[in-house]
Amino acid sequence: MNLATIAWKNVRQRGLASSLTAISVALGVMLMVMVLVIYGILQNTFNQRSINYDLIVGPKGSPLQLVLSTVYHISPPIENLPYRFYEDIKKDPRVTVAIPIAMGDVTEKGNFPIVGTIPEFFKIEYAPRREFRVKGTEFHQPFDAYIGSRVAIENNWDVGTKLKLRHGGAAGDHVHDEEFTVVGILQATGTPHDKTVYVHLEGFYQIQGHDKPLNEAIKREREFYGEPPLSEEEMAAEIKNIQAKYGSHDHAHGHEGHDHAHHDHGHQTAPIQKEVTSILVQCKTPIAARLLAGELKKGSKAQGVNPILPMQELMTTIVGPIQQLLLVMTAMIVLVSGIGIFVSIYNSMTARRREIAIMRALGAQRSTVFTIILAESIILCLGGGLLGLLLGHGLVFAAAPIIEVRAGVIVNPLAFESAELVLFPVLLLMAILIGILPGMTAYQTDVAESLSS
Amino acid sequence: MSLELRNVTKTYREPGGGRLPVLNIANFTLAAGEQVVLVGSSGGGKTTLLNIIAGITTPDEGQVRIDGTDLSQLPEAARDRFRAERLGYVFQTFNLLPAFTALENVLLGMSFSGKRPDRARAIQLLDQVGLKHRLYHKPSQMSVGEQQRTSVARALVNTPRLLLADEPTANVDAANQQNILDLLRSSCKEHNVSLLLVTHAAEVAGQFDRVEKLADFNKPVRVAGA
Repeated sequence: MNLATIAWKNVRQRGLASSLTAISVALGVMLMVMVLVIYGILQNTFNQRSINYDLIVGPKGSPLQLVLSTVYHISPPIENLPYRFYEDIKKDPRVTVAIPIAMGDVTEKGNFPIVGTIPEFFKIEYAPRREFRVKGTEFHQPFDAYIGSRVAIENNWDVGTKLKLRHGGAAGDHVHDEEFTVVGILQATGTPHDKTVYVHLEGFYQIQGHDKPLNEAIKREREFYGEPPLSEEEMAAEIKNIQAKYGSHDHAHGHEGHDHAHHDHGHQTAPIQKEVTSILVQCKTPIAARLLAGELKKGSKAQGVNPILPMQELMTTIVGPIQQLLLVMTAMIVLVSGIGIFVSIYNSMTARRREIAIMRALGAQRSTVFTIILAESIILCLGGGLLGLLLGHGLVFAAAPIIEVRAGVIVNPLAFESAELVLFPVLLLMAILIGILPGMTAYQTDVAESLSS
Repeated sequence: MSLELRNVTKTYREPGGGRLPVLNIANFTLAAGEQVVLVGSSGGGKTTLLNIIAGITTPDEGQVRIDGTDLSQLPEAARDRFRAERLGYVFQTFNLLPAFTALENVLLGMSFSGKRPDRARAIQLLDQVGLKHRLYHKPSQMSVGEQQRTSVARALVNTPRLLLADEPTANVDAANQQNILDLLRSSCKEHNVSLLLVTHAAEVAGQFDRVEKLADFNKPVRVAGA
């Protein structure tokens, strides 16, 4: 029999005490694993894996809100930008890709966020070296929609399903008459895309109320660009000019008694009536992205945000310290459990003096009995740690659907954090420290005296 | 294996600070393969003597030579190794480890000798002592006679050259007493192992050719002023 087997037999002999102390370590490790895994999930969610753009261009305001609303759909948009501004950004020689994003509505069923965008969005890798994979057909008609994998599962939707949009914001209970048709289902990405419904931007604008009244649109655009307001005559002339070019259909007016779901939406919305909530931008070089962001910062109406930076700041300033606090607390729990193991082993030493003396009488050296006691401590600490690891991951696995529903964060139930690998060397060190004093007691046992007692 | 004790003394510290003399043996020898019984009164130093021969306790003075090696001059680790490899010890209270089965208790004797545990030999020995049906029983599941027979198997497992037995029949019933005694004597004879058996039972001592009374050669002397 090797020493580990002897130690294991001794641990089993004190079954109840051993189990309780190992379970106390397991609970501490379980909590620690959960903190590490959940923090890791947050980090993965809010880092480069979720986005493959150099800049998010949006209205002035909180950079964090701009990223949270555009990428994660867990914050309301700041405001809107004129479509002309999107076209300006697209024309910028430093820009290689510019994707307009329009948001604000949710699905009638399931309240999944609606994002209006252009077909090119799906041609761009959603994260470095990760392409969208779609089950379905091309996304090109105004009332086409792609749905994320989770949307498909949770709403039991498939290609061909018709869906309606519920208006966001103050009029949250208003359901638009227009119907979009699911033409594709995005394969799971493990990102917010999975819980999003993408509709064609053109169709998005054709929804009642999504295109601005012409006079308001002209006024807002001029304000945005810092141009002087138009007189009434100039405004009327401008409206007439636009209507002549794009037709007079104005969704914002005169829809009472109008069956919107069935009228012909084949008309074109005037660009001035369109607005975007943000623009996803890829630049030729990182320096170009920084220069563009710097220029936008100087202006008063828009901002260009590196999508990583606000999230890193959030993780560093808020989530990180909370995680550290939780880790310290769970480390304290593990430490207290370790003290429990120490007390258990140390208290057993008095009762085990005779057993140790027997082993010594059979020829075991002092260092051998010391090693056996140390091995018992290691078995309890590492055994408890292993149990805690399994429990921690088991709980994350079980809690994943609840976290997704409550926090909107997609959780990989099999997530593993490399920091967990540090747990076992630390537990081993703790086991050695715990085992030293009882081990020394065994080491110093007087064989003759203990055998005669 | 031959055993030779020369001028061995041992004292214990008394609570009052004085020294209690326990052993003072000028000369004691045991030839290879010889079987000797040692009788003496309770508290007369029999167990201390066995512990000194086993290297568990060191004498204050004197030499304990086993096959020419002076055990008292060896460092503790070397004495432990010597004990594990070349001595067998049967205790009055069996001293089996409660967490281990009969087979594991026997294998334990091998584990500390540095030898590769020989499971077949352990089973063979347990078979020889009539415990083949008790291999996987823990001490608490065995009778006292079975426990003592297990301890005999454990003492013999490393093929020792000297077997020390401290009142091996004291805690077993009359029927088992003779069994244990026969087992010890036949096993030692079969393997040419020297046997030094301590007892205070006259019926046990009467079966040996050589019976030594400890009091005849142990003359502890209280040192004046000590």
